[in-house]
Amino acid sequence: MRAVAVIGIGDTRFGELWEHSLRDIGMQAGLSAVGDANIAGEQIEALYIGNMSSGSLIDQEHLGALVADYSGLAPLHLPAVRIEAANASGGMALHEGYIAVASGMHDIVMVAGAEKMTDVADDEIPAIQMTAGDQQWEGISGATMASLYAMMARRHMYEYGTTREQIASAVVKNHKNGSLNPVAQYQKAITMDTVIKSPMVADPLGLFDCAPISDGAAALILAPMEIAKKFTDKPVEIVSSFAATDTLALHHRESLTRLDAVVHASRRAYKRAGIEPKDIDVAEVHDAYSIGEIMNIEDLGFFEKGKGGPATLEGMTEINGVVSVNTSGGLKARGDPMGATGVAQAVEIVRQLRGEADRRQVSDAEYGLTLNVGGTGGTAVVHIFRRV
Amino acid sequence: MSNPRYWRENPSRYNLVGMRCENCNTVYFPPRAICPKCRRKSLGKMKSYKLSGKGKVYSYTIVHEAMPDFALMKPYIMAMVEMDEGVKLTAQLVDCDPEKVSIGMRVEATLRKLGEEGNSGIIRYGYKFRPV
Amino acid sequence: MLVGSRERNVGIVSYGAYVPRFRILPEEIARIWGEDGNAMKNGLMIYSKSVPYPDEDVITISVEAARNAIKRGNIDPEDIGAVYVGSESNPYAVKPSGTVVAEAIGASHFITVADYEFACKAGTAAVQTSMGLVASDMVKLALAIGADTSQGAPGDALEYSASAGGAAFIIGGEKIIAKINNTFSYTSDTPDFWRREGQPYPSHGGRFTGEPAYFRHVMTCAKELMKLQGTKPEDYDFAVFHQPNGKFPTRVAQQLGFEKKQYETGLMTPFIGNTYSASMMIGLAAILDIAKPGQRILAVAFGSGAGSDGFDITVTEEMSNFNRKAAPTVKEYVERSELLDYGRYAKFKGKILMKE
Repeated sequence: MRAVAVIGIGDTRFGELWEHSLRDIGMQAGLSAVGDANIAGEQIEALYIGNMSSGSLIDQEHLGALVADYSGLAPLHLPAVRIEAANASGGMALHEGYIAVASGMHDIVMVAGAEKMTDVADDEIPAIQMTAGDQQWEGISGATMASLYAMMARRHMYEYGTTREQIASAVVKNHKNGSLNPVAQYQKAITMDTVIKSPMVADPLGLFDCAPISDGAAALILAPMEIAKKFTDKPVEIVSSFAATDTLALHHRESLTRLDAVVHASRRAYKRAGIEPKDIDVAEVHDAYSIGEIMNIEDLGFFEKGKGGPATLEGMTEINGVVSVNTSGGLKARGDPMGATGVAQAVEIVRQLRGEADRRQVSDAEYGLTLNVGGTGGTAVVHIFRRV
Repeated sequence: MSNPRYWRENPSRYNLVGMRCENCNTVYFPPRAICPKCRRKSLGKMKSYKLSGKGKVYSYTIVHEAMPDFALMKPYIMAMVEMDEGVKLTAQLVDCDPEKVSIGMRVEATLRKLGEEGNSGIIRYGYKFRPV
Repeated sequence: MLVGSRERNVGIVSYGAYVPRFRILPEEIARIWGEDGNAMKNGLMIYSKSVPYPDEDVITISVEAARNAIKRGNIDPEDIGAVYVGSESNPYAVKPSGTVVAEAIGASHFITVADYEFACKAGTAAVQTSMGLVASDMVKLALAIGADTSQGAPGDALEYSASAGGAAFIIGGEKIIAKINNTFSYTSDTPDFWRREGQPYPSHGGRFTGEPAYFRHVMTCAKELMKLQGTKPEDYDFAVFHQPNGKFPTRVAQQLGFEKKQYETGLMTPFIGNTYSASMMIGLAAILDIAKPGQRILAVAFGSGAGSDGFDITVTEEMSNFNRKAAPTVKEYVERSELLDYGRYAKFKGKILMKE
């Protein structure tokens, strides 16, 4: 297995991009990454596209061919495939792209994630989001994705005494970070009061505890480390890439307050990287729902189980805190175009490790981590990056 | 219309028919072909098993943004119920005041409408729970 | 009961009822339509009516009542050879409610099923058929259900009374808790109340529904049944009639010579409204909830269109072994109530025009 580096990154603004189609935003992010990597399109040997629900959202499957075609690469007939792992599609696409380069199968590959959610009416979204859960035994029974996370929150509050304020503090922090991120969907800081008083979605989670419906795309160019310096003087190494699964339905899990897929993927990732959780300086985690961040930082080993709430409220995960979590604004403020999220998380970490994170910069960031979760935790993908 | 997809689950939806691994005696719902604990040793040993219908609330939430078939009932209570047999499942809690739900509350299964495929489609029925 | 020339034991082996918990008061309905709530309440002798939750319908109500009957009688569902559901508000115009009920109670697939319609006496028609199947040894046990979630047209008199509920009777030849000594019917083609295919709400003939319809058929049936059985009103401990409101059954009971103490136990409509096909049957269930061995019951249903099915019933010694407590009594269902305003009532009953 060869060492793999990220040599280029690109992303679109996330938000309600009415003027742009999936093809448009995919191209935008891709071209941006190609430019950033200083490569010519023809040097790309394979495409890995993360996308969760293009079939339901825009009646289009076969995104591998679509992206290759619209990138102008159709005459090269290169391999291209859409990777789907629900909301972890982006992270999983990166995982597959990493394997392709690490194994020596390909040299330069593009990993992209894109999702176009606003082409359907918003009341169609809950049912589409539930395809990430157990559609037959959770969705049909009346559960929405928010209600499943709400049940996790309720249980976390019951088992550990986690409070509403502690959970909401993750949202306040992420909006503050988002206000420093030019590509974030929401660039306005908000107060704790706003979060707690927001309209209820599934008690105890309100509107502001839930990531928005977003359009957006992000892309990365990967290359073997041995040739990375030909393209950039700031390559970032991917030191670990691990995926793990757990039961599809939340009700079949061992625990409602712990995502075992996150625990397993991250443990293997730390081991491969030869580091411990405390060595991570900056992390992008999966806050599709605020409680997700609280649980993720525990399951990743940053804080003891049950202490995620107090740690967040006390500011330990702010920029330049004990570990800087979701400096991009997270899914909540940066936006969550489902299949793009996992790739966008990697883009932010690469920016941080290159020292290009501007007003969000974590000082002396050496190790970064991304965690992309599918559904209520049926899939988790963890990547650890290192400044070279 | 996905009639066959719903129809084949009627025994589980109407009567909480799951499966029991005769190797380790664990009860599963919905039915599955292989026991995750025993794997190969469970082949041929997974037998149909009807749950008693009784359990307790393991977690719950009050849903304000509803799934389409549940719109008329919002806000409604969704619960994760830990059945007496040990297995958990997800269902709506009916005949219950949202203020009165609590973790540990005893509940029993009842048959209610789950939804329908529009005005001219098939009506789906299945388990919901109510306080004992 | 005499079947041909043979005396056969046929009767109720077990029973169950179900009434949804929501209620609306006549005063609240009257408030919306600009009518005198007190006048409606007292004129009909209905003080509240039951309303089904949006996820309840004739099928779910029938299943609940049937499961209650099975629990009480400790019945093996595989012994049931026939399932009949009588209703005029079936969720489907074509597709039986009975098959869902049969599946949901764990009956075998080797049974016969059908849905019955005869306005409010569809349930008792099911009982009579069940009696025939049992008495002829065609089946061991038969399940007969009367259930409805009938709609009253907005602002119409029937809106004050049309409610929701169901009752299930398991008919058999052994371990009978209430023997059906005889059954007798009186039927004629009388258009007092009807609903055309495709119409959401029924129509009725106003005062025509009284004398020529309800009273003629109930009185004739009751009188002829008592003549056949050689009985007089005093021979009965209880009398229960179809009860579209509180007034009609009270008047017919008195006209037939029954006293308040005989008919008050089975009079449920004042509390839960008119449950149509379940109407008399829920009243009968309320009586069975307290009846003792040896007590005798006259039960007469009425269905518009029109017809009356009457039953002469004697509670047996087996009733002392009967596990009534295994399911809620009618009184317990009546007492379990939550009031609705008209808006929520209209939403639950599907009376609001929603977007497709």
